[in-house]
Amino acid sequence: MSYQYTIREFTYRFDDLRELLAKASPLRSGDVLAGLAAVTYEERVAAQLALSDVPLRNFLNEAVIPYENDEVTRLIIDSHDRDAFLPISHFTVGDLRDWLLSDQADTLALQQLTMGLTPEMVAAVSKLMRNQDLILVAKKCEVVTRFRNTVGLKGHLSVRLQPNHPLDDVRGIAASVLDGLLYGSGDAVIGINPATDSPSATAKLLYLINDLRERFEIPTQSCILSHITTTIELIAQNVPVDLVFQSIAGTEKANASFGVNLAILQEGYEAGLSLNRGTIGNNVMYFESGQGSALSSNAHVGLDQQTCEVRSYAVARQFKPFLHNSVVGFIGPEYLFDGKQIIRAGLEDHFCGKLMGLPMGMDICYTNHAQADQDDMDTLLTMLGVSGINFIMGVPGADDIMLNYQSTSFHDALYLRRVLGLRPAPEFESWLLQQGIMDADSRRLFTGNEKKLYAVLFEV
Amino acid sequence: MNKILKTNIEPDEWQSLKAYTDARIALGKTGVSIPVAASMAFKLAHAHAKDAVYSSLDQSKLIDLLKEIHQPVAALHSQAANRDIYLQRPDLGRRLADDSVRKLHQLLAQPCDLCIILADGLSASAINENAWPVVNLLVQTAKSMNFSLSAISLVEHARVAIADEIGSLLKAKLSIIFIGERPGLSSFDSMGAYITYAPSPGLTDERRNCISNIRQNGLSAALAVDKIMYLVREAFRLQTTGVSLKDNDIGQPTQLPTGGPSNGMIIHPTAGSNLPVNE
Repeated sequence: MSYQYTIREFTYRFDDLRELLAKASPLRSGDVLAGLAAVTYEERVAAQLALSDVPLRNFLNEAVIPYENDEVTRLIIDSHDRDAFLPISHFTVGDLRDWLLSDQADTLALQQLTMGLTPEMVAAVSKLMRNQDLILVAKKCEVVTRFRNTVGLKGHLSVRLQPNHPLDDVRGIAASVLDGLLYGSGDAVIGINPATDSPSATAKLLYLINDLRERFEIPTQSCILSHITTTIELIAQNVPVDLVFQSIAGTEKANASFGVNLAILQEGYEAGLSLNRGTIGNNVMYFESGQGSALSSNAHVGLDQQTCEVRSYAVARQFKPFLHNSVVGFIGPEYLFDGKQIIRAGLEDHFCGKLMGLPMGMDICYTNHAQADQDDMDTLLTMLGVSGINFIMGVPGADDIMLNYQSTSFHDALYLRRVLGLRPAPEFESWLLQQGIMDADSRRLFTGNEKKLYAVLFEV
Repeated sequence: MNKILKTNIEPDEWQSLKAYTDARIALGKTGVSIPVAASMAFKLAHAHAKDAVYSSLDQSKLIDLLKEIHQPVAALHSQAANRDIYLQRPDLGRRLADDSVRKLHQLLAQPCDLCIILADGLSASAINENAWPVVNLLVQTAKSMNFSLSAISLVEHARVAIADEIGSLLKAKLSIIFIGERPGLSSFDSMGAYITYAPSPGLTDERRNCISNIRQNGLSAALAVDKIMYLVREAFRLQTTGVSLKDNDIGQPTQLPTGGPSNGMIIHPTAGSNLPVNE
């Protein structure tokens, strides 16, 4: 159905929800590139005003990609919980925005609503919200996950230790892992992007981290971010896989360009569960997504990039992930041009993910051809810390020498913990103390005990 | 008045581990923060990368140098009017501006074997620094093997695929575009070479072969030309480039990773894992 809004006697018309959502999206280069963005500032606000009046029920009757054509749409519709939706079934998008910000919407109320919300509803409401609204509501959400430790508790900030090396050199990677652990990082996961997708190279890295983790009884989990089919193969060979990784997107076509579909993800999920390696919980998946990934493979099907992104969260939550990471500035300036666009998108992704029930973390990052720098990352990092983000990346000196982009450093994580009084995952914090690495204020203990960590791997 | 003591930076005792990786490990700390020297080193590397992204082709110098090899030179530009548009609209960087198309028509090109193109891509510095010795050697080698050459093009605000349009307008059987790669913090002047057989607008990256990291501390001019000529000969033998054409030394494919997830990360040529970037 079509939508319209009149401003000063000019009536803007929007053919369908898809166009309305795209035109209502805050400006970003990817929507301009796709030819979907509002043409004027007024048109954008007109779309937002029209969107504000749309009843939430419309989102259940009007699929943005037809049910017959897209398995992600089928998942969204088939998994929608009508009972959870019932209490807000009379809301418009604007009503939902005001309710989310109200004192009635507390942590429990938001958790009870989660499965009643479709990604399109969540994307829509985010388009009506300012940055501070996204922060305030996200902070009220709490999504806690468990494997060998507990991530996502309020007042805690975890870090994915990202020790990449361009040649997958085992010693080079081990050196970065130790650096990160000694700086208090690694409680979300020790996760390596391999330079190749060879199963044997991946297995070698898994054994490396597994040995280190077992030797020092580190309460954390490992992951090699290889393609899920590679991981499934390794699980069949009894290689010690903790978390099962995959990049995902919000359309069937974009997932196909990643070489996955829902059935493959289900297979990977079951394979991960079958190993039963989690000691205190069974969240075994690690997903990544990012605005622009569908457009970059020409698989956005006419959807704006933010709506596409939130649809990927519907895919993710089906598999109860331990971590979900938005790689916000990684996809490039043709999707998010500058610091302003990256910051906005980062806050949207975190808010939408949390509202959808995902354990959201973020790769707060940029490439060198984007108009952004470390100051922009500091801003987003701080805002996400205030929002209650579950985890961020820890890359040595914020410089990933394999993927050639800039993220956040181990020091950045300590900064955020200190200024906001955040602590590592509880089990990991105890381990840091026990090993004599750091106290709760990120002060080094200088017990000398920590030397054992590198002495076993390197004859130092 | 008592002076405040200077802060003792807490060094990391695992400094020796730096021998194993170029990653920025063992930086030490003041409070919980990165000490000033390491912080400034990062900023300087980023400044070099940004300057490279916004650098311009040194056309007069390149044209002067190219005179030595007695090939006509055409200075062209894409449909992206400036750098910021170029960065946001890769589609415009893949197409020639109308006046540049006219310029190539006026050359009344005759069918030929090879068309060589120099393009700024994401680092004109890479071309300014590295292109001449490679092109000089390549032209000499190609001529000695009796390959015929078209005019050499210099293109501003260009992406790799602009070579398809230029190659086809110049009636070349194969195009070789040298282009600045996306600068990283560790190298901002790295040049890539993309080779496409039967160039024509609309081709995609699985039809190309790529040689990356051509620069002073990377792949040398001599080695780069060896690899290019190997690919050129193979391309003429197989009448194609891309997926079915492998590199000679270790059987490693030189084709571009396309949309597929070669390692499960979100792969896109503008931001993928150590990908030469310019699609």
